[in-house]
Amino acid sequence: MLSDYSSIGIFLLLTISFPVIALVMAWMVRPKPKQTEEKLTTYECGVDTKGKTWIRFRVNYFLYALVFLAFDVETIFLFPWAVKFNSLGLFAFIEMVIFIAILVIGLWYAWREGALEWH
Amino acid sequence: MTVSLNDLVFVAMALVIVVAATGVVMLKNIVHSALSLILAFVGVAGIYFQLSAGFIGLVQIMVYAGAISVLIIFAIMLVMDKSVEKTNLFSPNIIRLLAGMGLTFLLFVTLGVSIWFTKFPVVPAEGPVDAVGMLANLFMGDYVIAFETAAILLLVAVIGAIILAKGAEDKQ
Amino acid sequence: MEHLFINIADAFTGWLMNLGLSPWWADLALLVVQWICIVTIVTANITVLIWLERKVSGFFQERLGPNRLGPFGCFQTIADAIKLLTKEDIIPSAADKLVFRTAPIFFIIVSVMLYVVLPMGDGMQIVDLDVGLFFFISVGSLSTICLLMAGWGSNNKWSLIGAMRAVAQMISYEVPLALSLIGVVMIAGSLRLSNIVAAQGNIWFIVLQPIAFITYFIAATAELNRGPFDMPEAEQELTGGAYTEYTGMRWALFFLAEYTNLVAVSALMATVFLGGWQGPWLPSWLWIIVKTYVIMMVFFWLKWTFPRIRMDQLMSFSWKFLIPVSLANIFLTGAGIHFFKWMGW
Repeated sequence: MLSDYSSIGIFLLLTISFPVIALVMAWMVRPKPKQTEEKLTTYECGVDTKGKTWIRFRVNYFLYALVFLAFDVETIFLFPWAVKFNSLGLFAFIEMVIFIAILVIGLWYAWREGALEWH
Repeated sequence: MTVSLNDLVFVAMALVIVVAATGVVMLKNIVHSALSLILAFVGVAGIYFQLSAGFIGLVQIMVYAGAISVLIIFAIMLVMDKSVEKTNLFSPNIIRLLAGMGLTFLLFVTLGVSIWFTKFPVVPAEGPVDAVGMLANLFMGDYVIAFETAAILLLVAVIGAIILAKGAEDKQ
Repeated sequence: MEHLFINIADAFTGWLMNLGLSPWWADLALLVVQWICIVTIVTANITVLIWLERKVSGFFQERLGPNRLGPFGCFQTIADAIKLLTKEDIIPSAADKLVFRTAPIFFIIVSVMLYVVLPMGDGMQIVDLDVGLFFFISVGSLSTICLLMAGWGSNNKWSLIGAMRAVAQMISYEVPLALSLIGVVMIAGSLRLSNIVAAQGNIWFIVLQPIAFITYFIAATAELNRGPFDMPEAEQELTGGAYTEYTGMRWALFFLAEYTNLVAVSALMATVFLGGWQGPWLPSWLWIIVKTYVIMMVFFWLKWTFPRIRMDQLMSFSWKFLIPVSLANIFLTGAGIHFFKWMGW
């Protein structure tokens, strides 16, 4: 018998072949004309591209990612608790309410400081 | 000593991790380094899966490959001002280079010694039946203080980052 | 009819073992066959689905939709697929070649991997993982990185802005997405999808967890970048978002992956909130298909009913409304369960 995770591993290896087969199939049938320089330019609605693309982005994105990370970790703590919720009793429920409350303070702070505003 | 399929799988995954981690250091474009780091994270998750630690492996994928990597890439985008192709070069300063190498060497020695002298208990290959439930019992039982401290740690991280980011924004 | 596919699978492994294969090899062969079935069904289903979406969207707007090729235009997507297959492959010279090439490959791999844990009928599940629900969430979260790779690799301003917006949106909606499922897990007491289905034997979770269902639905729409949350690829302002520079098969892979994700998320919603494969009269595998299609129809309906919302409204909606609501839902569920216990039910 295959174990659960080895099945997933083999499924992953098989799945890698799927896009590869699709791309090879397309490569076999598609026309391959000589690429001109004009065709390989960046498409920006017909206007020649100006300046760099890879520039500095606003701090906004970083703040969202950070608050997201905190809440992502929180959900991970919540999942085991939710699984055992029925057998853990009232004390664990109160512990979790405290846990969530602490993180809600973080959310409230981020909200108040405008970290959740999109500029 | 016979080589089982299990060992081969481990070697393959370890190879992916080592190559990806080397890529993080050696690649000249820092975004490539970040993407390489994600591959290393997923490889580590693979090792957890092999050890039947499914939940931890998935946490590795969700937090490291899914969340921290986004944070890293956004942080890169935040400070990008030079040409991207040369953002992850080795320091030309020879003293820094040597200091870095020395620190890495010390780290390796410490790790190697601690692995060598630890007696790893031999446990059955099958993981516990209800690993997630056991985790919950530990969170809510013996380690409840650590559990609540983790929440405070996350709170401090959020507040600290917002204050830093505010400062950076005001300077702009 | 009920156990049609299970019987076929058992007959197949039995036949292989009669040929002298060990159970391990027979399992492996079965896995390969299952994989081929899933990939074929997913691909074939998506051609139907794209036709259906165009047709349905047409009817919503009092148009006819595709109607030239075949009866009711049903061969339209097949023609489109052949067209995409024979398009030339253009990689812009400014692009970050390796990242540009691999982004669609990773995207489709991540979306197909979601099907490993989905129960597609009574006992029809490739792997009944003990943390199945969590597997779905965490593997699904990897698609953000693939979009970021596509936008970054293209070296195109539309692509990068589209990708950055997409990632900001997807990470914001991933939190309510995961939080809304907590309530379900609290009642079911397991992350194993087959247990979650079994827990809905008497009453579906959509009745017990209506708030969770609605928050999950909204968050999933945003996570799939579907209208009204399709800001990242808003054609009118960002050309094609992260996919602007992609052509031919690579673009087709992105398109395929988006629909693969849509089907997977709809199937998960049917499993978690609508009782999964359970239902009277029809065989179980037909029920899950019916429920999945009903949910997908609601997705189509939403897309053509609501106008696209602005980026700042989109972000505030998640952080200032959905997350507090889903946290409150967890609290309510916990309090409710304890109240019922105290009442002695």
